[in-house]
Amino acid sequence: MKILVAYKRVVDYNVRIQVKPDGSGVVTEGVKLSANPFDEIALEEALRLRERGLASEVVVATIAPADAAAHLRNGLAMGANRAIHVVADRSLEPLAAARVLLELVRREQPGIVLLGKQAIDDDCNQTGQMLAALWGRPQATFASKVEVEGGWARVTREVDAGLEVLEVELPCVITTDLRLNEPRFIKLPEIMKAKTKPLQTLALADLGLELGPELKVLHYEPPSKRQKGIMVKDAAELVAALRARGLL
Amino acid sequence: MSRVLIVAEHLSGRLNRNATAKCVSAARALSPEEVAVAVLAAEPGPIAEEAARIEGVDRVLTVSRPENAHPLGQVLAPQIVELAAGYHYVFGPATTFGKDLMPCVAALLGVPQVSDLMAVLGPRRFKRPIYAGNAILTVEVPEGIPVVATVRIASWPAAGTRVESAPIEAREVAVELPAHTRFVELRQGKSDRPDLQSATRVVSGGRALGSAENFQIIYRLADKLGAAVGASRAAVDAGYAPNDLQVGQTGKIIAPELYIAVGISGAIQHLTGIKDAGTIVAINKDPEAPIFEIADIGLVGDLFKVLPELEAALG
Ligand SMILES: Cc1cc2nc3c(=O)[nH]c(=O)nc-3n(C[C@H](O)[C@H](O)[C@H](O)COP(=O)(O)OP(=O)(O)OC[C@H]3O[C@@H](n4cnc5c(N)ncnc54)[C@H](O)[C@@H]3O)c2cc1C
Repeated sequence: MKILVAYKRVVDYNVRIQVKPDGSGVVTEGVKLSANPFDEIALEEALRLRERGLASEVVVATIAPADAAAHLRNGLAMGANRAIHVVADRSLEPLAAARVLLELVRREQPGIVLLGKQAIDDDCNQTGQMLAALWGRPQATFASKVEVEGGWARVTREVDAGLEVLEVELPCVITTDLRLNEPRFIKLPEIMKAKTKPLQTLALADLGLELGPELKVLHYEPPSKRQKGIMVKDAAELVAALRARGLL
Repeated sequence: MSRVLIVAEHLSGRLNRNATAKCVSAARALSPEEVAVAVLAAEPGPIAEEAARIEGVDRVLTVSRPENAHPLGQVLAPQIVELAAGYHYVFGPATTFGKDLMPCVAALLGVPQVSDLMAVLGPRRFKRPIYAGNAILTVEVPEGIPVVATVRIASWPAAGTRVESAPIEAREVAVELPAHTRFVELRQGKSDRPDLQSATRVVSGGRALGSAENFQIIYRLADKLGAAVGASRAAVDAGYAPNDLQVGQTGKIIAPELYIAVGISGAIQHLTGIKDAGTIVAINKDPEAPIFEIADIGLVGDLFKVLPELEAALG
C-alpha cells in the first residue's frame, strides 16, 4: 500500500505575525518558513506505518512555488520515498488544493491520504474533508491514534466531547491532530540521501484542472488589542479586584 | 432576500443549544427572510423541539434515518446538500462536529468555505481569523453560489429562547448513503461541571501543575467558582488533563466572562483560544510570562501558595 502525505510549507509557528500597514497581507519577506506542524505529524505517521510493514511507499506532495523544492527535500530526509511538487505561483484555497490532491490520488492510487487537520497559516481545516468528499471515500479527521488492519483503519479522533473511535474502509483520508505522534528529527546523513531521491515536478496549469470558485481576499488587519491590565499582589487583592468588577 | 440553513449539532438526543443558538445569531446578522435549522438524527423529535424554541428560528427541518445515529461527516453531507436546495447560506458551528462536516458540504456543492466566521460585513462579506488569530481577514464570497461557513461561536451571543415553537417539518432525502464508515465508540469524560464551551467562568491549568494529582487543585478552585475547567496543550500532552479540556488554536475557542489561567505561559496558540474572554486573570511565578501582556488582572506568585490562599479568601 502506498501512502500519500500532503506536506505544506507555512510561516514557522514561532514567528510573530505582522500585518502589513496597508492591509494587503502579512509580512512574509525574510521570515522563517517550515513544514506545517500537523503535516509533519502526518508524514511521521505514514513513516511509522511503513516501518510496521503496513505500507510499502510514502509519497509527500506539496502545491507551492518553485522555491519549495528544499521543503520537499526535508520531507524526503525525514524518510519519504518520493516527492511530488505541484508548482503553483500562488497559494491555493482548500477547494482548489483538494481538487489538485484528487488528481494526484487518481495518478498514484494511494491506500491512505494523510494530511494535517489544518495549516497554521490560513487555519482553514477543510482540505482533507473536501478531498474525501470529492473522492467519495471515508474520512477520519483529528486523529490521535491510527491502526490499520484488514483493509480498514481504526482511528481515534479528538472531538469536543472526548475521544471518538471510527473504523473507515481503505482507501481513506486521515487528518492528524497534535497528539498522534512526535515527529522525528532529521539526521545529517538523511539530508545527503534525500538529494538523490526522486522529486517529480508538475506544473499546475498542465494538470488541466477546473479549480473552482475562490473567496476574494479584500483586507488584512491586526486583531483588536486588549486594554492594559492591572497587577495585584496577593489572593486577597485578587478577590477584591474581581468583586469590584462584579465577577464574584 | 435570503434564506439560511443551519446544521444543528447534537449528542445523545440533546441539542447543542449553545452552538446552534450562536449560529442563529450569525444568521440573523444577514437580516434574512428565513432561518431554518436542520436536525439530522436517528430520532430527531426532542432535538428539533428544542431548536424550534430558539428565538429567530423560522422553521426546523428534520431528517430521520438510522444512519444519522452518529455524526459522520460523509454520511450527513449528501443529505444536507439535498436540504440546502433553495437556501443561499449553509452554516454550521466551528466545533469539531462542524469542522468535520461543513467542508464536505462545501466540496459537494463545489464552493469554497468560510471557516470561523466572526463578523458579517455584508451579504457576502465576512471576517475570519488566520495565523492563530494574529491577523483578521476580510473575505468576499463570489456571487451566484451558496455561502458555506462555519461560525466561530466565541464571536457571537446565543440567541434567546421563546415559548412558542417554530414549525417542524419532516423531510425525506432520497440519497444513498455510504457504508464505508463504522462508528465504534465515544469515550466521554463524565463530569457534572459546566461545559467548557458555554461556561461563564473557566479556570485553566498549565504545565506548571506538574502532575494529574496536582491538577486537582484546578478542579477544586473551579468548583468553588462554579467554573468549567480548561488546560493548556502542555498540560494535556503531559496527561494532567483530558484532551477535550484543551483551550487554544487547536483546542477550544472560548469566551467566558471570567478566565483564570494558572501556570500557563501564554503562547500565541493558547491566547487565540481566550481572546474574547471578558476578564482574564493570570497567576504565574514569572513576571515576564507573555500571559501578563493580555491579562486584565495579573498576580505574580507560586500557584501552590496562591491557590490555597485564593480558595480560603473565596470562603
Ligand atoms: C501547531 C501548534 C498548535 C498549538 N495549539 C495549542 C493549543 O491549542 N493550546 C495550547 O495551550 N497550546 C497550543 N500549542 C502549544 C503552545 O505553543 C505552548 O507550548 C503551550 O501552550 C504551553 O503550555 P503551558 O503554558 O502550560 O506551558 P509552559 O509554556 O511551559 O508554561 C508554564 C508556565 O508556568 C509557569 N510556572 C511554573 N511553575 C509555576 C508555579 N509554581 N507557579 C506559577 N507559575 C508557574 C512558568 O513561569 C511558565 O510561564 C500549540 C503549538 C503548536 C506548534
